[in-house]
Amino acid sequence: MRIIVAIKQVPETSKVKMDPETGTMQRAGLEAIINPLDLYAIETALRLKQAAGGLVTVLTMGPPKAESALREAVAMGCDDAVLLSDRRFGGADTWATAYTLAQAVRRMGDFDLIVCGERATDGDTGQVGPSLAAFLDLPLATYASKAEWMADGRLRVERLEEDGRQVLALPVPALITVVKEIASPRLPTLRGMKTAKALQIPVWGPEEIEADPGRIGLKGSPTRVVKIESPKLTRAAEMLPVGTQQELDDALARTCQFLRQIGIEPKNGGAA
Amino acid sequence: MNPAGAVWTLSEYAHGRLQAVSFELLAWGRGLADELGVPLCAVVLGEHLPDSTLQALIHHGADLVLALEHPALAQFLVRPQAQVLRALVERYQPQVFLAAATTTGRTLMPYLSILVDAGLTADCTGLAIDPETRLLLQTRPAIGGNIMATIKTPEARPQMATVRPRSKQPLPVDPARNGCILRHPAEGMDLRADVEQLAFIPNPAQDGSIEEAEVIIAGGRAMKTATNFALLQKLAQLLGGSVGASRVPVDYGWQPYPRQIGLSGKTISPRLYIACGISGSIQHLAGIQTAEKIIAINKDPDAQIFQVADLGIVGDLFEVLPALIERLEQCLPAAD
Repeated sequence: MRIIVAIKQVPETSKVKMDPETGTMQRAGLEAIINPLDLYAIETALRLKQAAGGLVTVLTMGPPKAESALREAVAMGCDDAVLLSDRRFGGADTWATAYTLAQAVRRMGDFDLIVCGERATDGDTGQVGPSLAAFLDLPLATYASKAEWMADGRLRVERLEEDGRQVLALPVPALITVVKEIASPRLPTLRGMKTAKALQIPVWGPEEIEADPGRIGLKGSPTRVVKIESPKLTRAAEMLPVGTQQELDDALARTCQFLRQIGIEPKNGGAA
Repeated sequence: MNPAGAVWTLSEYAHGRLQAVSFELLAWGRGLADELGVPLCAVVLGEHLPDSTLQALIHHGADLVLALEHPALAQFLVRPQAQVLRALVERYQPQVFLAAATTTGRTLMPYLSILVDAGLTADCTGLAIDPETRLLLQTRPAIGGNIMATIKTPEARPQMATVRPRSKQPLPVDPARNGCILRHPAEGMDLRADVEQLAFIPNPAQDGSIEEAEVIIAGGRAMKTATNFALLQKLAQLLGGSVGASRVPVDYGWQPYPRQIGLSGKTISPRLYIACGISGSIQHLAGIQTAEKIIAINKDPDAQIFQVADLGIVGDLFEVLPALIERLEQCLPAAD
């Protein structure tokens, strides 16, 4: 069995603070990490491999330094890795990214499953996974909160929707995108780190994956970013300190007045 | 009236009813269609689509409804739905095609964008027509709302976007509005499903999804235990809202993942957001940027959450919340 995990390297935003002067995020000098939501994809792939045997290959597209994300995934237990890196891949939107990944997957040969995170925390689109499934005409389940092999060889997936959970059976090869609820990601092991350090990671460009030059990078992207703005995140809060009983009463009176002003009235609970 | 070259919106029909967000999409689509001088067409897929349901789309602003019925469209399975939409798009060539940024829209549209070779912008909170180029301007928050990006699709058609729920009010219902219902035959379409739905497990009735809630009361680390969330539940009942959480209560298992708000959870746009004992990490703030009004309750006067709040209550939530609940109960209309 072969499982491919597609991941992305993103800026580490968890230690970021807001700039009190400008009210915007302080982004200078951020470290690059594996997209936190991709850790669940890696964990899912490793568990499905443990259940059925086989290999997990981790795949990413990015600048040369994205290699460190691949090594970290190998340290967690992935068996090998492929880096898609070339200037001509740069500026890709989700369409061109999915095309490039699809070409790489075709070059890799037979596989049983592709696992992706729900979305990346920087671009925040969640589009690459479903688009990759469309390019490869693979059975698709997004927002998977549970995935396990069935006796007949299909993958049983629980898919989170707004109103409930869809239980799906996917014939393989298939593609799933997973949510954080699916599993807790393991930590890298010492042995894994040794393997990761020694691993030769192939770097593929457009030629290696036989990509159409008109469908990769900025040139292959149907969408164009025409404007970027940094909105002020701050609002001017009216502060209500609650130390004494009097202050509490005043704060509650003001809160009730505020609710009325914005048209929110208390209702009889559960009487709907 | 013809769907060709029109502005299209995808109306989600699931579990025997139209999803509320479909009407919000029509409000967006109406403005764009008027600006472009083309009809607004609502597309609906399902097994049985009664006339009364399709009429509701016209009453909410559609000029025309393009409906396609087939047993293979009874459940949400990506492949048959996307292949049907591909056939319709290729036949009628809409200029613009919008869907909701729901689990359905965010699955189906990226898949479809590949089948029809079109660009797609995710989770837009603003849409407009560029007066010069007549192109669709698609504005969306990225990096967790820290930047707003405006995106165009210069050549590929249709210009596709998913639109965040609750980013616009539906139009007032006009029962006198006329429109045309076009029931499209399913013959010749590729309806093969590659995935089988084994079951659907609905959420318990009282758990409305937080993306659709008008009011959200969320708790953070300072809630201390799972049982303390009953306080938030009580307040949510009084204000007709839903309960959410920041990351810590979800990591500790006090609240399920679908209730998590922030960069690694849900992005929400309620009319009112009440943050209780949430310090306000940048990840959390990213998920609440588009809330209309924010009330924060926190013991720490320097908590970052106060920087984005409209009303900041500096106090112990275990003191403030019970008192607030008691006060709101006094304002309740007497039961008949």
